[in-house]
Amino acid sequence: MTGNDDSPIAELRGATKRFGPVVAARNLNLTIRRGEFLSFLGPSGCGKTTALRMLAGFETPSEGAIFLDGQQVNDLPAHRRPVNMVFQHYALFPHLTVAENISYGLRQRRPKPPKADVAAAVERALETVRLPGFGARRIWEMSGGQQQRVALARAIVNEPKLLLLDEPMAALDKKLRHDMQIELQTLQRQLGITFILVTHDQEEALSMSDRICIMRDGQIVQMGSPRDLYDRPKNRYVADFVGKSNFFDGTVESVAGDSAKMTGPGDVAFVGHAGEGVAPGQAAMASVRPEQISLSRGAGGVPVTVVNRIFLGEHTEYLVRNPDLGQFLILASRQAEAGEGNFEPGDTGYATWRDGAALILNND
Amino acid sequence: MRVYALAVYLFLYIPIGVIAVFSFNAGRYAAQLQGFSTQWYGKALANPFVMEALQTSATVAASSALLATIAGTLAALALQGVGGRPRMIFDALLYIAVMVPGIVIGISTLIALVTLFDWLNPMIASLWPVAGTAPQLHLGTGSLIAAHGLFAMALVVIIVRARVAGMDRSLIEASADLGATPFGTFRQVTLPQIAPAILAGFLLSFTFSFDDFIIAFFVAGSETTLPIYVFSSIRRGVTPEINAIGTMVLAVSLMVLILAQTILRRGGVRAPEE
Repeated sequence: MTGNDDSPIAELRGATKRFGPVVAARNLNLTIRRGEFLSFLGPSGCGKTTALRMLAGFETPSEGAIFLDGQQVNDLPAHRRPVNMVFQHYALFPHLTVAENISYGLRQRRPKPPKADVAAAVERALETVRLPGFGARRIWEMSGGQQQRVALARAIVNEPKLLLLDEPMAALDKKLRHDMQIELQTLQRQLGITFILVTHDQEEALSMSDRICIMRDGQIVQMGSPRDLYDRPKNRYVADFVGKSNFFDGTVESVAGDSAKMTGPGDVAFVGHAGEGVAPGQAAMASVRPEQISLSRGAGGVPVTVVNRIFLGEHTEYLVRNPDLGQFLILASRQAEAGEGNFEPGDTGYATWRDGAALILNND
Repeated sequence: MRVYALAVYLFLYIPIGVIAVFSFNAGRYAAQLQGFSTQWYGKALANPFVMEALQTSATVAASSALLATIAGTLAALALQGVGGRPRMIFDALLYIAVMVPGIVIGISTLIALVTLFDWLNPMIASLWPVAGTAPQLHLGTGSLIAAHGLFAMALVVIIVRARVAGMDRSLIEASADLGATPFGTFRQVTLPQIAPAILAGFLLSFTFSFDDFIIAFFVAGSETTLPIYVFSSIRRGVTPEINAIGTMVLAVSLMVLILAQTILRRGGVRAPEE
């Protein structure tokens, strides 16, 4: 360890990557803390994979710099960076056994580590990913979930400074993906290695990361903890990407401190935290999370007609309609339902939300 | 349709079958079956001319296949990094090399070599310290190896390149990511991945050279390969001995081809995820 614990493990400073006329990543500035679990989240083509590949050394930034543990590494090729990656389709070597795959990184070191040490490290790594005794197997004898664990073991056995994960869960079925998410998180805490995950799955990013970096068109839109992004999205893009939300167009009436008031269709008022660049008199958008809205039979609030109902177990999701606001979602908990009873499609009721439940965002 | 297909196959393979059957003929006439015997195989193998021709053929086939495999594999790997127009030109040249009739290659190679030798020999002679003792470049085993090697190289490039193209690029990146140098990656990942194609390319090159008559006929000079021996013997009449040689050549070629096919197919089998 060269740096102390407060110094960043990695840093992107104005990193830009061009492929011909296409700018895949534009002026990325990002500090990665030692031991954190950071996710790059965004749709395909947003530049998240390019950012990861620049850290791995597969792409050289066209402009700007990459720092690893305080050292500028722009020109350090991938094979000399103390960074390991778990590839999207695992990229396990089909001609080698599980143990030979895992020991590959150690066997590249010069001077060569003693065979016994390598074997012991491989066995430890297999135990860490809960595949003890699978060393002699061939890759094609392993299931998708097992292959992923092997890929993980092959990376962590080298004790990298950064572990890069490129959509590692994309090829797994839903149940397995959920198990792996929990396992990855546990593993990250246990090993203390900095994990950097690239994903387009917001649920995955929200559940696993310490911090999320939301990207669009090669640029960072917002960076923060999952809670920050959920509660304080900067603009519509982030609010839409992180969790479900209802959006209502309107005009900003007033801004006071970090709070704003917006008038929506049918003169419905929305009051809540103001996002970036919200100013009085401007067109804006109110975002209200479905779970912030309650549906009741008593008068008061916005009159709505239930269009559809989806039972989700713990919650019930109602799609309701108001002549002015259009259709929007309400998420009612079991307890709320116990008081108000079930609504059936065609029933009428009133939707209410408290002041401050809305987020007033610019239309970006 | 099926009847026509059957007829075509019969027309193609009956003569070959007849040769194989007659090679076991006990009688000395090629057109008359007189019981089973392997005596002609014994005679063929005891014939010093046959054995010499066989040795020449084997030497030429092995050397040219080795040459073609090395050069062809390197070319296939290098062509990975070539794109656009140069790539199209290379591709076209490769396929032309495979498609051009053997006789054209034979004649053009002969003319090229003879012209080159006529130009080089006086030069070497004039530079040689002792007059009259200078070595003369001439057609022979060397020119056979060169001509076959050149032609077979195109085959190897086509086979190996298909394999290289089918290789998962992320394996190379994974290897680099795990700290392997570019050469380390080549040795530990690329080579094992394309090895079946390289081996198949070698075997195909070997059979091509071993069976080739036309190109060899033009550039062999005073050397005699097995097909050339067979051709010159036939002018004195088809004997069961020739049938025996033909059957042996056929058997060896078929075995090598089947081996090459098996290797290519087995090598093509990958993890079930694909």
